[in-house]
Amino acid sequence: MHIIETGNVAAATGVKLARAQVVAAYPITPQTPLTEKLSEFVESGKMEAQYIPVESEHSALSVCIAAASTGARAFTATSSNGLLYMSEQVHWAAGARLPIVMCVANRAVGAPWNIWNDQQDSISQRDAGWIQMYASDHQHIIDKVIQAFYLAEKMKIPVMVCYDGYLLSHTYMPFEIPDEAMVDSFLPPFSPDYALDPGDPQNLNTVTLPDVRENIHGDLAPGYMEIRRSLHEDMRCAIVELGEIDKKYYEIFGRGGSPYVEAYKCDDASFIAVCLGSLSYHLRDVVDALRVEGIKMGVSGIQIYRPFPDQALVDVLKSAKGVIVLEKAISYGNQGALFADVKAALYPVKERPFVHNYILGLGGREIKTIDLYNALKDSCTASEAKVDTPRWIGLKL
Amino acid sequence: MGNGKYGSVKSHSDPGPGDGGKTGLWRVLRPVIDLEKCIPAKTDKMACFNCWVYCPDGVITKTIQPVIDYEYCKGCGICAEECPAKAITMIEESDFKNEGE
Repeated sequence: MHIIETGNVAAATGVKLARAQVVAAYPITPQTPLTEKLSEFVESGKMEAQYIPVESEHSALSVCIAAASTGARAFTATSSNGLLYMSEQVHWAAGARLPIVMCVANRAVGAPWNIWNDQQDSISQRDAGWIQMYASDHQHIIDKVIQAFYLAEKMKIPVMVCYDGYLLSHTYMPFEIPDEAMVDSFLPPFSPDYALDPGDPQNLNTVTLPDVRENIHGDLAPGYMEIRRSLHEDMRCAIVELGEIDKKYYEIFGRGGSPYVEAYKCDDASFIAVCLGSLSYHLRDVVDALRVEGIKMGVSGIQIYRPFPDQALVDVLKSAKGVIVLEKAISYGNQGALFADVKAALYPVKERPFVHNYILGLGGREIKTIDLYNALKDSCTASEAKVDTPRWIGLKL
Repeated sequence: MGNGKYGSVKSHSDPGPGDGGKTGLWRVLRPVIDLEKCIPAKTDKMACFNCWVYCPDGVITKTIQPVIDYEYCKGCGICAEECPAKAITMIEESDFKNEGE
């Protein structure tokens, strides 16, 4: 069924179709309508779940950690400072290997206070050990939410589904709601390896000393470093598993085919723009305009940021002359985080394209198509020098 | 653990003595009970046991005489603080090491 609704409703509908059993969330702009919708679903009996109201984001994720430990499919959602308020538990959920799914409606982080869109919130949680997916439109949001539960439960790694605040969370767009029975055939009920059980008590995530030691049976138990390495190794395997999940999703629903990088006109492109989220669709207009002028431009929207799809990205970018990375976040004192990642991925390529970096849209600063056009044109025509300093689009100084 | 399945290498374990390691190794001060002063030992009655009640690691027995399991006692000193008969003294571990123990 196709409907016209907001990105937040797309997310909530995905969570309902995935049959999440526990929802704990604290409202924060621009995520609020998502939690309101879920509470409405639960209250009206359309969704069989426990909706647990909490007093903070830290508690929201703590509830999900406890729920997932008992074997329940758990969901939360947040934005901006709310994500940072739960940051301690964000790391905990990953280390505890709990397959929680969280939507992040991307919003700028204070100070100064700002409720509008950029991606600094989720990018700042890049190294927490969560899988991060980025949606470019509402169809992506609902499809990725459903896939996220599958991926999280397969890998035992929590997944963030990130989408741009307002630009996606509050805008109306047509999208298809997957059929409930088909979602059930795609996503089996969550069956954890272990669920908290008074009849079979377990110690979970107790003090783990720097060195390994024997458990009470005399077997060597993994130490902190072994546990953390395993998180990394499993995270790398998530790239392959996502490919399989995407195939399965495509077979059932007819959507997918680009789980890592969604490339638009990149096959013959001399220059390729790279970014996360809805900006990649905005840039398609710019690509078309530049192609009219004879500049072979393409754009690649990265679908999964952690684990980083380095090989898939290199396959798209390796034949280009230039790569332009546009970001709504910055690693202060260095450069855009995605820019650094893209350069690292390209390093083994013999004939490397030049890579430029633009920072834009921070705190909701309007991203004008003409500014994107001018920036990309400048990168394609004026300079091939490897400039490591990010340039800024839309600054008014 | 470590069978190659995703998420199999994590901190899950059966509870029991020693799951946290031999925590007695952490001890700097060792609680030693003076049985002449200890109420249950002295009176031969199931009485007091404040040390057993307050021990955060559960390493003191509720027996006549109370026995401290030094393999796991971390030497926090709460038992010595709570003993109403002042029967428990905290003694430097190094004193025992010097004795060749």
